[in-house]
Amino acid sequence: MAQTVGVPKELAEDEKRVALTPETAGRIQKLGYKLQIEKGAGEDANFSDDAYRDAGVDVVDNVWDSADIVMKVRQPTEDEAGKLGEGKTLISFVWPAQNEDLVKTLSDRKPHAVLAMDQVPRISRAQKLDALSSMANIAGYRAVVEAANNFGRFFTGQVTAAGKVPPGKVLVIGAGVAGLAAIGAARSMGAIVRSFDIRPEVAEQIESMGAEFLFLDFEDSGDDGPDTGYAKPSSPEFREKQLALFREQAPDLDIVITTALIPGRPAPKLWLEDMVKAMKPGSVVVDLAAEQGGNCDLTVPGERTVTDNDVTIIGYTDMASRMAAQSSQLYGTNLRHMLDDLTPEKDGVPNVNMEDVVIRGCTVVKEGEITFPPPAVSTSATPKAAAPKKKEETPEEKAAKEEAALKKSNTTTTALLLGGGALILLLGTIAPPSFMQHFIVFVLACFVGYHVIWNVAHSLHTPLMAITNAVSSIIIVGALLQIGSPSIGVMILAALSVLMASVNIFGGFLVTRRMLAMFQKS
Amino acid sequence: MSIGLTNAAYVVAAILFILALGGLSNQEKAKRAIWYGIIGMVIAIVATIAEPGVGNFAILAVMIVVGGVGGWFVAKKVQMTQMPELVAGFHSLVGLAAVFIGINTHLLLERATAAKADGTAGELLGFAATIAKKTPVEIGIMKVELFLGILIGAITFTGSIIAYGKLAGKLSSNALTLPGRHMLNIAGFVICFILGYLYLEGAGLWTMIVVAIIAGVIGCHLILAIGGADMPVVVSMLNSYSGWAAAAIGFTLGNDLLIVVGALVGASGAILSYIMCRGMNRSFASVILGGWGGDAGGPAAEVDGEMVPTNVENTVQLLDDADSIVFVPGYGLAVAQAQTAVSELTKKLIAKGKTVRFAIHPVAGRLPGHMNVLLAEAKVPYDYVLEMDEINDDFPDTDFVMIIGANDIVNPAAQDDPNSPIAGMPVLEVWKAKNVVISKRGQGKGYSGVENPLFFKDNSRMLYGDAKDSLDAILKQMD
Repeated sequence: MAQTVGVPKELAEDEKRVALTPETAGRIQKLGYKLQIEKGAGEDANFSDDAYRDAGVDVVDNVWDSADIVMKVRQPTEDEAGKLGEGKTLISFVWPAQNEDLVKTLSDRKPHAVLAMDQVPRISRAQKLDALSSMANIAGYRAVVEAANNFGRFFTGQVTAAGKVPPGKVLVIGAGVAGLAAIGAARSMGAIVRSFDIRPEVAEQIESMGAEFLFLDFEDSGDDGPDTGYAKPSSPEFREKQLALFREQAPDLDIVITTALIPGRPAPKLWLEDMVKAMKPGSVVVDLAAEQGGNCDLTVPGERTVTDNDVTIIGYTDMASRMAAQSSQLYGTNLRHMLDDLTPEKDGVPNVNMEDVVIRGCTVVKEGEITFPPPAVSTSATPKAAAPKKKEETPEEKAAKEEAALKKSNTTTTALLLGGGALILLLGTIAPPSFMQHFIVFVLACFVGYHVIWNVAHSLHTPLMAITNAVSSIIIVGALLQIGSPSIGVMILAALSVLMASVNIFGGFLVTRRMLAMFQKS
Repeated sequence: MSIGLTNAAYVVAAILFILALGGLSNQEKAKRAIWYGIIGMVIAIVATIAEPGVGNFAILAVMIVVGGVGGWFVAKKVQMTQMPELVAGFHSLVGLAAVFIGINTHLLLERATAAKADGTAGELLGFAATIAKKTPVEIGIMKVELFLGILIGAITFTGSIIAYGKLAGKLSSNALTLPGRHMLNIAGFVICFILGYLYLEGAGLWTMIVVAIIAGVIGCHLILAIGGADMPVVVSMLNSYSGWAAAAIGFTLGNDLLIVVGALVGASGAILSYIMCRGMNRSFASVILGGWGGDAGGPAAEVDGEMVPTNVENTVQLLDDADSIVFVPGYGLAVAQAQTAVSELTKKLIAKGKTVRFAIHPVAGRLPGHMNVLLAEAKVPYDYVLEMDEINDDFPDTDFVMIIGANDIVNPAAQDDPNSPIAGMPVLEVWKAKNVVISKRGQGKGYSGVENPLFFKDNSRMLYGDAKDSLDAILKQMD
């Protein structure tokens, strides 16, 4: 029987997002589900109850009892978790690694399944359900908007009648989804954007968004262990170099946006107090890692603070929620895709198929049992540059390689020369001088031919064949020398040879000319 | 004309020939280079005719005129798509001429020996007189050279005829693999060399005629055993052989000009064969021995997914949306005679402000540089036509790639699947582009018979049908 999907109102303060929009509602109904939403759930995201009703959603007072599947944005509170009925399904952010107690409580309620939207594996098939990415994208964009809002000057450089305005300089630390979105937004506002990431392979992505990649010459980028598509902690030496780089940049920058997160760990401290002190008054630091403690020393999570030297530090933890309409729409679509994957039969009954890597990865509780963490999934579908760890050749290695190649070619050349020379000497001892004379001409001609032909353009290989064809009928010279013979047999054969060679000479040269005349420059 | 003058003329001719070949290093110089070749040839012929002992001028004139008209006629009439078979056909003539001249030399040798015995050697003229002056050792060497000239000439002759037949579609292009074919070839060569030894020991002309016949059979069999996709190597190899045959005859006649030119042509053909083999990542030996070289170390990877067909409308849509477009032509373009249609399409796209380029794989077509010539015929400017190495890095930034009648040269299995028979062959990395449309007659495999995973990729679409019809339909829709 078709199940009912219910969406409660988010309880967390300042949480304006909602897990269902009228648009996604229509699509979910096509999967065979009935829909319910709590009164006023979409109000903060500009979706009225009426809009939901028009989309065929039942607006009710409480969904926890009536719905078989509950979809949420934020992780459930202990209170909410307690309301999850036996045999029901919950889909929301859960953060199982940080919230072990919550997962325990949820499993105790013996639900059918709990699916964590934050645990979607990073493989290309699952991109459409990757709520973290869609939220990060919004956060990155919003970070630039917040920075611009708190920054007293233009982002773009201008030359106006009233004087010249220099462009704003932005540093984005961490080029994940949020970082790249921030780079794009800041670039489109006209700022000069630089970016840093500990994964050198993202340089190309950074540059493709129009920012300059700050390159750190360091061998160990701390990437051992399985590839999960996320950054990993770096070694202390690397960290020192990285901080030195930031310290050098700090006085020059107007805006710093930090997005460095390592899954399941507190955010690394990258923008230290002295760097903030070194920044110009009026500069802005936006810390997107505030919820995990912040990348900046002075970040106060959830707050906007101003330091003594007039640097604004923004530690909002609700960037996505500040753009509730947009983020609800994207998150809603992620959820819709999740339901799509769960209901291949489109019969309104979810099938939590543990064989499917994506669903397996998201499922933290199944039939009352805790199934987190899932077995490792290799993110083979991450960009190829990241997957096979290609070791960059250092200049020394390159030089050594070239030297070895040169040495090898030297040895082969020497061997060939020696061998060839010995053969010719041997031949010289037995062959008469008249033969040797011709032989030297022959060897020299081979050499000349070798060097000349390598210079011929690839595109002219067909004309080359045609012309060598014409030229090889120089064999006519032999026939000419014999045609004068009084012997009839010799004469006939020679005449035939002349005939054939003539066909070749005329035909070969003409066709070559025809071909070459066709090659035109634009 | 004195011997000194003739030799001086030969030196000039040899230098002109070298300049003619060297001039092909770029398209503009090449137009001048051909004149060097023509002038060199005229000088060489005139200088030779002026030598003492050359006679029968009437017959000579008739033969040159008849041959010239014949050659002129063929060269005017031939289609650019038929270039491979034309070149192969021409090679056979050089081969046969070499055989005839070799046999003639033997006849003259007999005459000279007889005259010497009679004490009338002083009356001999021309080449026979030169032979009469030779010492026994020199005559021995000459016989070896003669033998080599006839052997190589005969192989070139029949091999070229078979190659012509295959390229012109008159013979099946499949490789003929007789049981024990390597043994057959080896046996043939062994018999040839035994006969050569007998000849050296004084046996008569019959030995050389038998050598010519056996070598002819070997030539047929060698080329019959080589499959269609390897034809570029075969043609350049025969090109090389015709040069070596000329050089061998040059040795026999003691003519330096023949030796120089023969060596130039021989080297040229050998280098072209090498370039072609490298283009397929196969050793020369495995191509010449026929069939696909040694078996790969396991079953080729299975390709899953399906080929998604598309239609003309969608292709036009993709072309409209794309900013940078690359065409990859293959032998199918030549077969369908679609070069003019693709050229017109290129003009239209360029007029719309798009970047259009052509990517040419070294072994595309049936002759080295075949595609370049076809595109040039259709008036595609040559600066739009790039080699594989020039363009391979640009595919990730390319919006749209259209493959016209090519298969193996764009097969990703060459890179991904170590068990594929074409593993390691350098290929055009078209799959890195955003969209790929493959114009193809049907679902068949390429010449190598290898499944092409490119056709199953998410960004690939198949446009079935004759390439020319498809392109014409696209052109119509573009208006």
